[in-house]
Amino acid sequence: MKKQEIIMGMPVIIEIVGRVDEKIFQDAFDYLRYIDEKFSPFKQNSEVTKINNKQSLAGLAGKRLKMSKDMKLILNLAEGTKKETDGYFDIYRNGYMNPSGIVKGWAIYRSSQILKNLGYKNFFIDVGGDIQTCGLNDQGEKWRVGIRNPFKLDEHVKILHLSDEGVATSGTYERGNHIYNPKGEMDSIVSLTVVGPNVYEADRFATPAFAMGSEGIRFIEKQKGLEGYMIDCNGIATMTSGFEQYV
Amino acid sequence: MKKIVAIFLIVLVIGGFILFQNSQNNSSLVSTVPSSSPLQSQTPGSNATPSTGGSGYKDGSYTGQVADATYGNLQVQVTVKGGKITDIAFLQFPNSGGHTQEVSTVALPLLKQEAIAAQSANVNAVSGASQTSQAFVQTLQSALDQAKI
Repeated sequence: MKKQEIIMGMPVIIEIVGRVDEKIFQDAFDYLRYIDEKFSPFKQNSEVTKINNKQSLAGLAGKRLKMSKDMKLILNLAEGTKKETDGYFDIYRNGYMNPSGIVKGWAIYRSSQILKNLGYKNFFIDVGGDIQTCGLNDQGEKWRVGIRNPFKLDEHVKILHLSDEGVATSGTYERGNHIYNPKGEMDSIVSLTVVGPNVYEADRFATPAFAMGSEGIRFIEKQKGLEGYMIDCNGIATMTSGFEQYV
Repeated sequence: MKKIVAIFLIVLVIGGFILFQNSQNNSSLVSTVPSSSPLQSQTPGSNATPSTGGSGYKDGSYTGQVADATYGNLQVQVTVKGGKITDIAFLQFPNSGGHTQEVSTVALPLLKQEAIAAQSANVNAVSGASQTSQAFVQTLQSALDQAKI
């Protein structure tokens, strides 16, 4: 059974193989809604917004902000990721804290654990193109996940066959063919897809790797357990040495 | 009202982008590698840029605010000529500068490359980027707000 809702401003698709109580889907969607309420930088009452509004005040008063357990966990994970990526992953930017780059993958992964704990072995959870797959599809085969063509959004340029894996794609499709850079450098990467043992690992590295430009794929190559597929503005893809095991 | 305009713009930009890409297609099954010609080569008022409803904008060049796209900053500059948007330039783009990372290429193998090509449509799910639209609309909208007559 497959269900879709819009959460975090994105389409969330959950497919569970076999006969499933509708309530199970609602539990998973509810968890993602809880994450959105807490971590969205666009919601007035989210913990992230409260922290951003109070941070300077608390600092001036010499006080430490009270934070929820989940928030502390995310901040620790973000700090660790920042170190592992030499600062390319940084949730603090423009004077604000925005943990979206790590929350998304972590939340999808946690949702998948909820379903696993309930005994479901064959499913996938897709939040805006970041996907955790588990087990096999309803044909008894690995889940077939297409990588979107950055130049023609209704096409796929690669089909991945995934079982217990996670995949995340960082990129932008809005540039069209116009590339302008004040430094005169050619910035050329439009999409970087990372496959990992779970979507949390894939997502937290896809974000900073994309920010590294054409060196991003080499960064993924260096990471144990991660594979990547990078597409440049000329439609040329570069893949890590172990990527084709998933094709 | 602003929210409605923002949603309307998202739909138009994405729709216009898809239409633009379709218009570039040839008849072969291999997906089109995009041409490297910049936006300027398009005729003004083409479908790739958001429809402005005619003469609602003053001629000139307008820089949008910097928007946070999670993996970096996005900032556009909009050019209006004859009351229509003729160009959208990206002044800030996540992997467009900043610090370059020293990566030793000696120890790493040469990575395989290929031209992308369309595959079967028969998939269970699709992985694609999704975080950017909000930031793009934000920076574009702030540029257009300055351009309004």
